Amino acid sequence: MQINPIEQFEIHNLKPLFSIGGHEFDFTNSAVLMLIIVALVSLLLIGGTARRAVIPGRLQSIAELSYEFVANTVQSSAGAEGMKFFPFVFTLFMFVLFANIIGLIPYSFTVTSQLIVTAALALLVFFIVVGYGFYRNGLHFLNLFVPKGVPKAILPAIVLIEILSFVSRPVSHSVRLFANMLAGHITLQVFAGFIIMLAGAGILGFFGAVLPFIMVVLLSALELLVAFLQAYVFAILTCIYLNDAIHPGH
Amino acid sequence: MSDARENGDRGKERTDEALSARLQRLNEGLGQIHKSGRSSESSEAERATTASGYARGFRLSSELVAGVVVGAGLGWLIDRVFGTTPWGLMIFLLLGFAAGVLNVMRSAGVIAGNAIDARPPGNRKQ
Repeated sequence: MQINPIEQFEIHNLKPLFSIGGHEFDFTNSAVLMLIIVALVSLLLIGGTARRAVIPGRLQSIAELSYEFVANTVQSSAGAEGMKFFPFVFTLFMFVLFANIIGLIPYSFTVTSQLIVTAALALLVFFIVVGYGFYRNGLHFLNLFVPKGVPKAILPAIVLIEILSFVSRPVSHSVRLFANMLAGHITLQVFAGFIIMLAGAGILGFFGAVLPFIMVVLLSALELLVAFLQAYVFAILTCIYLNDAIHPGH
Repeated sequence: MSDARENGDRGKERTDEALSARLQRLNEGLGQIHKSGRSSESSEAERATTASGYARGFRLSSELVAGVVVGAGLGWLIDRVFGTTPWGLMIFLLLGFAAGVLNVMRSAGVIAGNAIDARPPGNRKQ
């Protein structure tokens, strides 16, 4: 039996929508999942805040916990002024978290395992940082690239390196999330494939299949952790980058 | 939350004085939470790296790779536009490597860099 571990990441075109200049815009399985994610997050938060009880119920507890978690993250890494960006960071965090967790459900699709999705999110953060940095600090924002106390002789090289380091941020920001999800799902699929292959190979293989099965169970737990952790890392990096836009140069 | 529930169960104490005393306590508690929220602004590098070793390793490696890739890409682009093959790629690849190392050191908290600083954000404004 052949199991293709990449198959789960294929994009299927469900319904062609329109085309602009020869580029087709289609409604894909990825888009369906994104809509589901947005709907679930909205349901959770609207449902959770609907009653506003003093003693929160389950939904309200989840909504409050997620609010406080992200609010603490934003405050601790971007300062009190960073709370201006709380809605943005919260939206990113919830979207990525739900995308990661929903992707773990068998037969579903992991939106964040597509580089284009994570790159779009990271570029959005990048351009907001650049835009807000110039809007708030004017040309002082460029101080970000000029570290203090560097000898004049090597300053051009240092500035160039700083700029490269800044430009490489959206790359590492997006690739980290994408690669984590991709690698995790491929590993899961490969080990699950071992179970089927071993189970089909006679009585000895049938018992041997227990080993990869244990692996899959453990990996599933690990993936759940990674799903949450990567959403958190994505959010906290967003905060750190926003902090640069708010307080550039030192 | 458990405190509120406990108090809610004690129906006898629902006099006005008890209520105002409870409000007072709640206010003090809230004030403390706000204070601790402000003061516990630890360095972001520390916060991000305490998550787990796996995430940390992945984070650092992707920082390095991103620096190199961006440097190489930029150098290649410059070569394409200005026809300076192979100098742009060579120089920017090395600069990208340096930027990658800088990224890694910053996110590991080895150096208090320009962009990511060990000082709490409140003290950063000049």
